[in-house]
Amino acid sequence: MTAELVLYRELEDLYARYAEYLDDGPLESWPECFTESCLYLIIPRENVERGLPLAVMRCESRDMLKDRVTAIRETMLYEPRYLRHHVTNLRVLSHTASEVQAVANFTVVEVLPEELPRILLTGRYRDCLQQEDGAWRFTERHCVYDSTLVPNSIIYPI
Amino acid sequence: MSADADTPMKPWLTTQTSRKAWPIDEHSRVPYWVYTDEDVFAREMARIFCGRSWSYVGLAVELPEPGSFLTTTVGNRSVIICRNREGALRAFANRCAHRGVKFCRQRLGTTKRFTCPYHQWTYDLDGDLKGVPFRAGVKGQGGMPEDFDLTAHGLQPLKVTEHHGVLFASFDQGVENFLDYLGETNRYYFERVFDGRQLKVLGYSRQLIPGNWKLMFENIKDPYHASLLHVFLVTFGLFRADQEAQVKMDDTGRHGLLISRRGTQQATEHTQDIANLRTDFKLRDPRLLDPVKEFKDSATVVMHTVWPNLIVQQQSNTLAMRQIQPRAAGSFELSWTFFGFADDDEAMTLRRLRQANLMSASGLVSGDDSEIIKLAQDGLTPYPDKAAVLEMGGRETHDEDHMVTETAIRAFYKYYREVMEL
Repeated sequence: MTAELVLYRELEDLYARYAEYLDDGPLESWPECFTESCLYLIIPRENVERGLPLAVMRCESRDMLKDRVTAIRETMLYEPRYLRHHVTNLRVLSHTASEVQAVANFTVVEVLPEELPRILLTGRYRDCLQQEDGAWRFTERHCVYDSTLVPNSIIYPI
Repeated sequence: MSADADTPMKPWLTTQTSRKAWPIDEHSRVPYWVYTDEDVFAREMARIFCGRSWSYVGLAVELPEPGSFLTTTVGNRSVIICRNREGALRAFANRCAHRGVKFCRQRLGTTKRFTCPYHQWTYDLDGDLKGVPFRAGVKGQGGMPEDFDLTAHGLQPLKVTEHHGVLFASFDQGVENFLDYLGETNRYYFERVFDGRQLKVLGYSRQLIPGNWKLMFENIKDPYHASLLHVFLVTFGLFRADQEAQVKMDDTGRHGLLISRRGTQQATEHTQDIANLRTDFKLRDPRLLDPVKEFKDSATVVMHTVWPNLIVQQQSNTLAMRQIQPRAAGSFELSWTFFGFADDDEAMTLRRLRQANLMSASGLVSGDDSEIIKLAQDGLTPYPDKAAVLEMGGRETHDEDHMVTETAIRAFYKYYREVMEL
């Protein structure tokens, strides 16, 4: 039981830091939550349920995550905004000493300059993690969002 | 209150009407009220989307067998496209003939019949009314009148057609043949992608964009912005003002094509106006952009607008139907169906999935457009009496062999004004 509590504590810490990098920065630290050969997807639930592979954001390595960060910083045009991630219902599905499969819920609130906060997306993280040098990192993170519609654009990662 | 001939029922309409004169009789000016006025929107739904036009409604591969159906919209009206028992295509309004209920709530599925949940009126796959519960009454009481005619109360039919796996529908039974509608040049480019091969759907992405639907359609008819707004495209030479390019239309100006060839990532004397060109930006993982030639000509980008609601996107190897679904003057859904071909190998499918990073609700490139459309709508809404200035490349509406032009937007409004009588 104690080992399980420690594992949950460690994962909760990672999930909180992950959200912090996206909501409060630095965005450049977000890729560090992943292993080098990771897979990161933001994918609508309707595609998952129909067995369709298309993701709206698809990064197949930590370098691709970094390219996404560079694009957000340097090339993309968008209204400035803040995100606020609320991550709940973390549950470990299976684990060994160095590998974990877990799920959690997310609700992401978006705040645009002249508007009230609104829910951008709700959904579920489906994660695989690996311990590397004493720290947990995502080998896979699928952000499966529930709505078919996205309010305008997804600029920052989820 | 009686409707006195001298007193307009809606006095505000007078003001609105006076606004509805085009500022000058030229296609190089577009008054901002066309993007904000709900009366104009209602007129567009009636004259354009439910008038003499073919709206894109789906892909044949989404309806694989008898009984397959999908729901989508033509303009702001929900419609069902299905295959009847013989496998023939049918299209009708998703509106029960009894009380107007939008009875089908599923996007894709298979069924033997459609039943409205309210009073269980039941229709077959041809849209014919087959059953009305308690039609003969209960215990000798109630029921429909003797002369109630089931055949007179079917679902409102739409005309539906398929060309090389792509489905179009029209509320106007007298609409011209689809290939005549498309015209020679546009047919050539349509069949460049849809050459008869079996398609394979890779997935969907749907956005609700807080802007007028025409801003989206115009955006794809506007090569001038592509080489300025889209720093990502420009940086990687995917679309740039100094590349070989064409803007083509049909005889009416309603359809349009932006065609270009990929260049390289370097500054030239022509890129100096592009203030934010980043020649130092290199992808850490170049697998994101690993395009291969797959079509018969040398064009690497063909963005095709088919009046009134379809954008066929071919940017490198990412292929998608972008369906414009207007909801109100200031709001539309942009619904993307990404596809490849049934004979794609795994490497090609993966390439298409990676390149989809450029174009989707989270697109490295298309994100610029959905954001700019919101900013345009925000900016112009308080100024219905002002107008857009579209003089890049002159004031004419003919085809061009370069990208420094707004000719296709002008042509679009030339046709729009004819159809709308504005």
